[in-house]
Amino acid sequence: MTDTTTKPGGGGPVTVATERTTNPIASIVRLRELPVTVALVVLVLVTYLANPLFLSAQGVKDLLLNATIMIILAVGQALVIITRNVDLSVGSILGLVAFATGTMFATMPQLPIIAVFAIAMLLGAVLGAINGALVTIAKVPALVITLGTLYIYRGLNNAWAGGTQYFADDRPDAFGNLSVDTVLGFPVITLIAILVVVVVAVYMAGARSGRDLYAIGSDPDAAKLFGIPVGRRVFLAFLANGLLAGLAGVLYASRFNSVGATTGSGMELDVVAAAVVGGVAIFGGSGSVAGAAIGAILLTTITSALTALRVDKFWQQAIVGILILAAIIIDRVASLRTAKKLRMSEARDV
Amino acid sequence: MTIDHPAQPARTEPAGRSAQPALSLIGAAKTFGPVVALADGTIQIEAGEIHALVGENGAGKSTLVKILAGLYTPDAGDFTLAGKPVAFRGVADSKAAGISVIYQEPTLFPDLTVAENIFIGRQPKNGLGLISTGAMRKAARALFDRLGVQIDPDRVAEGLSIADQQIIEIAKAISLDAKVLIMDEPTAALSGVEVDRLFQVARSLRDAGAGIMFISHRFEEVFALCDRITVMRDGRYIATHVTNETSVDAIVRQMVGRDIAALFPKQDAEIGDAVLTVDGLSRAGVFSDISFTVRSGEIVALAGLVGAGRTEVARAVFGIDPYDTGRVTLDGKPVKAGDPQAAIDAGMGFVPEDRRKQGLVMDLSVARNATLTLRHRLARFGIISGRREREAAEEWSARLQVKTGSQEYAVSTLSGGNQQKVVLAKWLATEPTFLIVDEPTRGIDVGTKSEVHRLISELAGRGIAILMISSELPEVLGMADRVLVMHEGRITAELTREEATPETVMHAATGSLEGAR
Repeated sequence: MTDTTTKPGGGGPVTVATERTTNPIASIVRLRELPVTVALVVLVLVTYLANPLFLSAQGVKDLLLNATIMIILAVGQALVIITRNVDLSVGSILGLVAFATGTMFATMPQLPIIAVFAIAMLLGAVLGAINGALVTIAKVPALVITLGTLYIYRGLNNAWAGGTQYFADDRPDAFGNLSVDTVLGFPVITLIAILVVVVVAVYMAGARSGRDLYAIGSDPDAAKLFGIPVGRRVFLAFLANGLLAGLAGVLYASRFNSVGATTGSGMELDVVAAAVVGGVAIFGGSGSVAGAAIGAILLTTITSALTALRVDKFWQQAIVGILILAAIIIDRVASLRTAKKLRMSEARDV
Repeated sequence: MTIDHPAQPARTEPAGRSAQPALSLIGAAKTFGPVVALADGTIQIEAGEIHALVGENGAGKSTLVKILAGLYTPDAGDFTLAGKPVAFRGVADSKAAGISVIYQEPTLFPDLTVAENIFIGRQPKNGLGLISTGAMRKAARALFDRLGVQIDPDRVAEGLSIADQQIIEIAKAISLDAKVLIMDEPTAALSGVEVDRLFQVARSLRDAGAGIMFISHRFEEVFALCDRITVMRDGRYIATHVTNETSVDAIVRQMVGRDIAALFPKQDAEIGDAVLTVDGLSRAGVFSDISFTVRSGEIVALAGLVGAGRTEVARAVFGIDPYDTGRVTLDGKPVKAGDPQAAIDAGMGFVPEDRRKQGLVMDLSVARNATLTLRHRLARFGIISGRREREAAEEWSARLQVKTGSQEYAVSTLSGGNQQKVVLAKWLATEPTFLIVDEPTRGIDVGTKSEVHRLISELAGRGIAILMISSELPEVLGMADRVLVMHEGRITAELTREEATPETVMHAATGSLEGAR
């Protein structure tokens, strides 16, 4: 990492720049994903020591299956939160798409599964695009817009479904098997989730438009001054989030026994919690989709862990709350420490 | 007064200038509803010159800059770059055409790294089509080498000094191959050394053939740096001068359209007993062993470079920040540390450096802002009476000559100078015995500046002890009865009005002379 580059002489001044060695341990400690990863490892280890069955092949499979849908939702939510917005309607989008999936299998059994996936994700993308359009055109905070669409989408779901529910029998076996079959120990739907994480993570780190999302969340006014197409990027973030919520909706229909009018209710808060616990700053600008995914695994694993540890299930929500506060406090302490360090070094420099 | 204002583009061109300037804007107009922000925006910037744009606040400078930056579309006017007409649809067009703007308020992304801030939107890519952080870091480092500065490209922008942020903006402009660089009051938050560094960079860019537009309220800088000066007033072009053929007085007359009183009218005030005594104040890493007194009727200036710890001392004295050791006494009574309310109750006032963020609640009305510090006194049974609030606000606004259409207008609609008066009104209403003013005229136009100075001087005349932090030497020398100079968190000199000269203050501020006396 350390090298010395010498610019060729000539007209310009000859300068010698010494690369500052970046301590790999220090840069790992600074990672925003570190606390949530440590918490997850500790949780799994403690639970395993207390109850070795927790990490049996079936146990691991259950953990992964439980986390899958939340991972996909958290990745989409992270995209939106990084731009200093939020999407509270994802639970309703998931519900609506899951019910649409059930309806498609029940009424059009000849439809290929791949087409069902495509239509469902398209529906999710449209619902997300409505959010995005309202946020970018009406310039009303996303919190309010998506609170509104949360109820509207849920209302549509209620009106459409009424008392109808679709059960596992209504769908083709091949579709249900996506949540049963494993490849190298991973359920197929989990592999889909992992693929989503990898693709979005690479996009966020390696594509210019992905970096723009960070810039927008970091300082929206500066982004405008800089000529970043803020409206278009934010719109597309909401659209992508809707698409991923749509994917989560299909997988939900594969994984769970029944879908109906209330499917996905209340999931939006779990999703936001997963992203925040995973190190995505609620005011945008920093964090990663990988962190959000780990946050999702942590939150879903807690439930299973508490059961394995024979802790009263009712404690689960309180523990999730403590994790959220811990994540925010860790973040705050870290930034205060950085500020202090900078203050010290500036006082010396002047 | 007659003004040189030809209606045709063919105005008196200084000798040796090419027929096609790098940037030419003639007769640009911009209105917002009934408000005329710019009536005749005209400026021509040659390649290889530094061109000052001066004018009072409200003269239309910012509107003109925003047109050049592609943020506003002008309603009328001819806009050409190197002779070719252009019409920008947005900031991206302006950037692509080779115009870079460095705003007074830095526009970096705090969460992104320095390198990414420079290259956002056009990061170098590797063979896979993904962003290459290594190449980006290298390119950033090469830019900093060219500018002769050392900034770690991998650190996040959050917490960088304003001077460093500007250097990064300049690096960005260079990497964009900017032909015209617009600097909107770049020195407002800088001090001596940093200004010199900025000027060095500006001159080398000019010598490399860039056209630079420089907006500043500081005449010594304009005259030291710029080749030509364009004056604007009330949204109109007034005149363009070659710098060595004009004078500060002439420019100021054209800017204000009248002769203004002396810039820094400190009146003689009767100086009484010590009001504030600070004894051995220290805070690790920020300042150490700070001791001084301020007497009634006295203006004590706290001079020094940005980052020397002046504002930090003031904040600690006022109780906003804690301190490790030392004592603050007001009128002989100790003031509780770390408790601004106690400081206010004891009779302190604090007019902060950043009006918009710390001094005012921008969306609230003038009346509300002016009486914020009086809430308890105006309330009856815990409920604030709207009528009493208005009356108190009107009284103080009248005394300070705040120019506003109504007390109910949001403070954000006022000009910078009038905003500053509202902040002053807010504190004066508490009838303080000791007032801290931090950079009282930063970003305020010449006319209002002298009014703010007159106000501060009047307050001293009424027996208030005043501690004034200022980075503008003329202000320090003109206003202060005594000058304390800070360097690296310590007071390095205490100068009387007679001893204080630009040289003694600067030496002490840069630490280049031990005990400059």
